[in-house]
Amino acid sequence: MKCDVIIVGAGPGGSMAAKTAAEAGLDVVLLEKRQEIGDPVRCAEGVGKRALCQMVKPEPEWIASEVKGARIYSPDGRSIVMSEDKSGSEVGYVLERKVFDRGLAMLAARAGAKVMVKTRALGLLKKEGVPCGITAMRIGEPLRIEAPIIIGADGVESKVGRWAGIDTTLKLKDIESCAQFLVYDPCIDDEYTEFYLGNSIAPSGYAWSFPKGEKLANVGLGIQGSRSRPGEATRLLHEFMKSHFPNGKVVEMVVGGDPCAGIIESATADGVMLVGDAARQTDPLTGGGILNAMEAGIIAGEVAVKAITSGKVSRAGLKEYEDRWRESIGRHLARSLEFKEFFVKLTDKDLNLLFGSLAKEDISKMDLPSMLRVLFKLNPKLLWDLRHLVV
Amino acid sequence: MLTVNRYKCCYCGACVGVCPTCALELVETWLEVSADCKECGICTKICPVGALEVKA
Ligand SMILES: Cc1cc2nc3c(=O)[nH]c(=O)nc-3n(C[C@H](O)[C@H](O)[C@H](O)COP(=O)(O)OP(=O)(O)OC[C@H]3O[C@@H](n4cnc5c(N)ncnc54)[C@H](O)[C@@H]3O)c2cc1C
Ligand code: SF4
Ligand code: SF4
Repeated sequence: MKCDVIIVGAGPGGSMAAKTAAEAGLDVVLLEKRQEIGDPVRCAEGVGKRALCQMVKPEPEWIASEVKGARIYSPDGRSIVMSEDKSGSEVGYVLERKVFDRGLAMLAARAGAKVMVKTRALGLLKKEGVPCGITAMRIGEPLRIEAPIIIGADGVESKVGRWAGIDTTLKLKDIESCAQFLVYDPCIDDEYTEFYLGNSIAPSGYAWSFPKGEKLANVGLGIQGSRSRPGEATRLLHEFMKSHFPNGKVVEMVVGGDPCAGIIESATADGVMLVGDAARQTDPLTGGGILNAMEAGIIAGEVAVKAITSGKVSRAGLKEYEDRWRESIGRHLARSLEFKEFFVKLTDKDLNLLFGSLAKEDISKMDLPSMLRVLFKLNPKLLWDLRHLVV
Repeated sequence: MLTVNRYKCCYCGACVGVCPTCALELVETWLEVSADCKECGICTKICPVGALEVKA
């Protein structure tokens, strides 16, 4: 079998790449090893509304709920509230990813991409060392597909990159180990996403409650891999449930690894582009990666079209992808990484102090940068290392 | 030897992403360990449910 572009992985990154390339007339094959796209879920499902709507027109059934804002709790239980339009990109919609991921794959299919499920890429075909297709297993049968461009959208596992010689292996400090329950509890706030900070709750991470409507919420937490032990994320989540949602009923369980590595050295090789979690494009501070994966997928799809048209599929020919994702997504990742590296050093006492200092300020109308400016003004010593990010 | 407790594993793929020798492969719900495993134990630490163990 032959085509112009093979995309490995039908998550948000892969489906957007497939849609973009197929709309421009390329012959596209989108492979997904699971038999059901989007299932099981590995996500808390929160996305910024505005950014999402800039990339696709969401169908009503993709969205479980819409929130008003975010509430953030300090280790000693104080909270601050940020309204949706101010708190940046991480709140807005809580998706139904099983439906959303399949919806995006459907957009790719409608645009003309060939979608193949239960089809697992096993390795790259190479001609004189240069990738020229993939070998796969499709419902237990071997399959070879030749194509000048392969897009690795294979998520946290990120094998396509490693087959192409890009070292995407995550160090333990560069991945969050996460556990989440879908919880029914009458005390869930259906209108706000909630974030809980504290080293005893989630060391170098945070716990969350993202409401899905009618007193259901994704309640979970992520901890930095370097501070994790076998089974630690699940153990801590049970503790968090006991302290915060003692009457909650668990109706689903989710676990996963969320990359928080910052910018990788290269997301391209000859004939290969990596997008989304496979390229470690997740926000290191929040762990949000859906929108970045989609944006990267669109860019990679556009660059694939140009490269196929011009015949320049070498790494140099794909440089436009590298330049564009670094310019847009990369800049955010770099800033977030600096915040994260500072944030993970804070003790619970520091965090309590920071929250306490805001007690007399009216922050409800502030965006994140203005809140940081206020925090910096009130706590210059503690936040000195962040001064260049604040001004 | 690295053992996978398949009754615990939730097949999330986090371990695959951290393995320095690319020795793990997630086949939908089935985690395979190849002969490339060096028994370094890195994957055991990241597993959110504690399904992996290096046994002597
Ligand atoms: C617990 C948790 C909570 C999160 N919460 C949020 C959140 O609230 N908001 C947010 O924006 N992000 C969140 N994220 C991150 C988000 O889930 C990812 O960034 C996003 O899914 C990345 O999309 P992707 O397309 O790059 O990869 P994925 O969605 O992971 O898709 C990769 C696909 O590739 C397939 N695949 C892998 N290998 C192969 C192969 N060899 N052959 C064929 N197919 C293959 C996989 O089966 C999978 O379907 C969270 C992550 C975790 C773990
Ligand atoms: S990290 Fe644990 S739960 Fe996830 S696939 Fe590996 S063994 Fe299974
Ligand atoms: S023990 Fe080390 S080498 Fe073996 S699978 Fe785990 S991470 Fe890979």
